[in-house]
Amino acid sequence: MGTTGPLSGNGLGRSALHRASARTKLIGLVVFVVIVVATPREWFAAFALYAAFIATVLIVARVSPVMILRRSLIEVPFLVFALLLPLIAQGPRMQVLGMSLSVAGLWGAWGLLVKATLAVLASIALVATTEPRRIVLALESFRLPRELVSIMAFMLRYLDLIVDESARMRTARTARGFTATGPRSWRILGSGVGALFVRSHARGERVHLAMLSRGYAEVREP
Amino acid sequence: MTSGTPVGAPVMVTDLRFGYPGARTDRTSILDGVSFEVRAGERVAILGPNGAGKTTLMLHLNGILTAASGEVRIGDTVVSRQTVRSIRRRVGLVFQDPDDQLFMPTVGEDVAFGPANFGSTGAELDDRVTSALARVGLDGHSERAPQHLSLGQRRRAAIATILAMDVEVIVLDEPTSNLDPSARRELSATLDALAATVIVVTHDLPYALELCPRALILDGGRIVADGQTAELLADEEFMAAHGLELPWGFDPAVAMRRRSTPMTAEAP
Repeated sequence: MGTTGPLSGNGLGRSALHRASARTKLIGLVVFVVIVVATPREWFAAFALYAAFIATVLIVARVSPVMILRRSLIEVPFLVFALLLPLIAQGPRMQVLGMSLSVAGLWGAWGLLVKATLAVLASIALVATTEPRRIVLALESFRLPRELVSIMAFMLRYLDLIVDESARMRTARTARGFTATGPRSWRILGSGVGALFVRSHARGERVHLAMLSRGYAEVREP
Repeated sequence: MTSGTPVGAPVMVTDLRFGYPGARTDRTSILDGVSFEVRAGERVAILGPNGAGKTTLMLHLNGILTAASGEVRIGDTVVSRQTVRSIRRRVGLVFQDPDDQLFMPTVGEDVAFGPANFGSTGAELDDRVTSALARVGLDGHSERAPQHLSLGQRRRAAIATILAMDVEVIVLDEPTSNLDPSARRELSATLDALAATVIVVTHDLPYALELCPRALILDGGRIVADGQTAELLADEEFMAAHGLELPWGFDPAVAMRRRSTPMTAEAP
């Protein structure tokens, strides 16, 4: 957990892509991902084209490579699964570097990897060039259910608070001589996470009361 | 346009009783026959130790909780499930932790939340937001994120979210908790300028004395005293019997004299 929250500013207004409306970018992202996912995995040329396109976008937007790498971490679980596929899949096998790999598994891994990577890179391009708040507003303008958009807006508002709270808890633990070593400390870390959950839940209840008292519960007339 | 000078409404609470559902029956209820009256535009402090039922009482004043028996009346309207919508437009609660009250990404959007729920739109809504923020001294902060404001500013922003609804009664829960002296002073200035009826729920006795001429003492779910704040605070024995203690070195009589002196000095 760094000092800057995951939702901190991105130096806006640096490129044409930064200035484009969040709605346009959001539609672009969805269209791009749908096309990528719908492309048969045997069409290598198409994927090369997509990769060139998204690389151009990232370069034009001047997204730093460090940020791309950091945000790509979310893909790791897919990566692990993709690497396992050739080993565990059924069907005819071939020998690669002395390992017997499933042909169908190799195709599956390739398809998963290339599609997930392209989608993640496209999402990074959106997030790096758009204020989080604008993304939420854009979703709202697409008439997504109000509750769903509210939840995202709350996340934006309260994530920093929760990060701060957990940092304070960690400081308080450290101040009393706690260092995380080995499985014995897991119980303590776990109860810290539990306390954080309980506090967040209690805050949620209080926020709801505050919303009610300003007339929220009533369904608005269209 | 309705945003003009909102006047206060009287508040009348008669024999209010309440126990949280699921509480054991042999336990005494949280509110056990609370009755009091507040005149329109009056400023009253509700004092009491932790667990006296202060917050529960506050939640009854705009119908978040509904009375098990007894009634709460704002002006001529009895708080009930049928009237709750109009009551919430007229009675604003300012919660203790401004981070609970300010939940939108920017201060301006948050101030607009209440009036928008009650049907304000467009230029009228913008006017309300601008004027509410100006009244708490936060002009030009509407685009800022709540987490980038100081605690004193956030508390005043929380008050602005209520002012934007043109409420007639404002109820504040522990408005001074965790504020430094200068933030307290700014808060007093904000509250002093309000025309609405103001009820301050607190255990900060010096602040109650400064802001509210009249005080009620709530203990064990009942109102045990109702009178001039200065007189109540002077009765040390009675206060101690109800779990209220003045901070060390604070003398209400001296504080009142000090307050009246500069006023008369400036008059001529």
